[in-house]
Amino acid sequence: MKRALLERLLIAGRTGAAALATDLASGAQSLVTAGANEGELALGLQDLAQVRKALDDDQSRTIETATGPVFVEVWNPRLRLIVVGAVHIAQALIPLAQLAGYDVTLIDPRTAFGTLARFPDTALTNDWPNEAMPALKPDRRTAILTLTHDPKIDDPALEAALRSDAFYVGALGSRRTHAKRIERLREAGFEPDVIARIRGPVGLAIGAQTPAEIAISIMAEITAVLRRSLLASRA
Amino acid sequence: MSNSEQILSTAAEWHRDGRGVALATVVTTWGSSPRPVGSKLAVDDQGRMIGSVSGGCVEGAVVETALDIIRTGKPQLLEFGVSDEQAWDVGLACGGRVQIFVEKLS
Repeated sequence: MKRALLERLLIAGRTGAAALATDLASGAQSLVTAGANEGELALGLQDLAQVRKALDDDQSRTIETATGPVFVEVWNPRLRLIVVGAVHIAQALIPLAQLAGYDVTLIDPRTAFGTLARFPDTALTNDWPNEAMPALKPDRRTAILTLTHDPKIDDPALEAALRSDAFYVGALGSRRTHAKRIERLREAGFEPDVIARIRGPVGLAIGAQTPAEIAISIMAEITAVLRRSLLASRA
Repeated sequence: MSNSEQILSTAAEWHRDGRGVALATVVTTWGSSPRPVGSKLAVDDQGRMIGSVSGGCVEGAVVETALDIIRTGKPQLLEFGVSDEQAWDVGLACGGRVQIFVEKLS
């Protein structure tokens, strides 16, 4: 690999989806990004489609091309988790999410809850979600989770989440709370199939009771959705 | 910073310092294998390394090849598995097979 290409890869991988394609026979390489293909390895349209598929699947793999096997190394932007509500479950969930590789941002306008003492090592904002969410620009590598049960705080975050490409939107609350939430979002003008993106009651049904167990069930559900596991289905 | 990012940044730093550097990357795995596809190991011309491609089983053989490649500049695709005499010798006891691409940083 040329060092210049390596340095381009490090920048491209941080700012957007990028794939490094390597011809396993010759070592020739190219960096494939959304708009460009830079490097000495020529890739056909079919090859590029396979590269995009690998990026979509978030899975590095070897593909067969007309000229032989090419290794496609996927560099997607880091996964992010936006948590709304500096509650007990957040205290258990955030370290789990960080272990699983997520950059976590915690939003809670209630300054008594959202303090650095309660959440060391966490990016924390006391802005209201209607200000904080647009600034964070959630994308298809972002999971969003509301935990406060308070419509004043949760609803604006969920509305922003439904307008984004976030791969996961979850809201803590009982079936009753969730039914009321759906009603409010309908009144706010969201279509039922859009509202159905929200996972509520949140988490995989593992019988979780304590905050730590609920955190595990939520993190398991986020993982199942990310990895397109059968467990992600709520049919 | 992800693990791969860290390894590549370190490799780039070594190269800027004027050291010879090779990169090894797991490109295919079959069956159970200790490190997933994309795992990386960087080696310098003194045999110093950062990262891992197997959790210790085949690193010795990979480093040896990497040192060769730093000299020759010619990339190589290595394969290790239990059916492989060399892998048995170096101890890939987990029962899987791996393909590792080793290239020089130039």
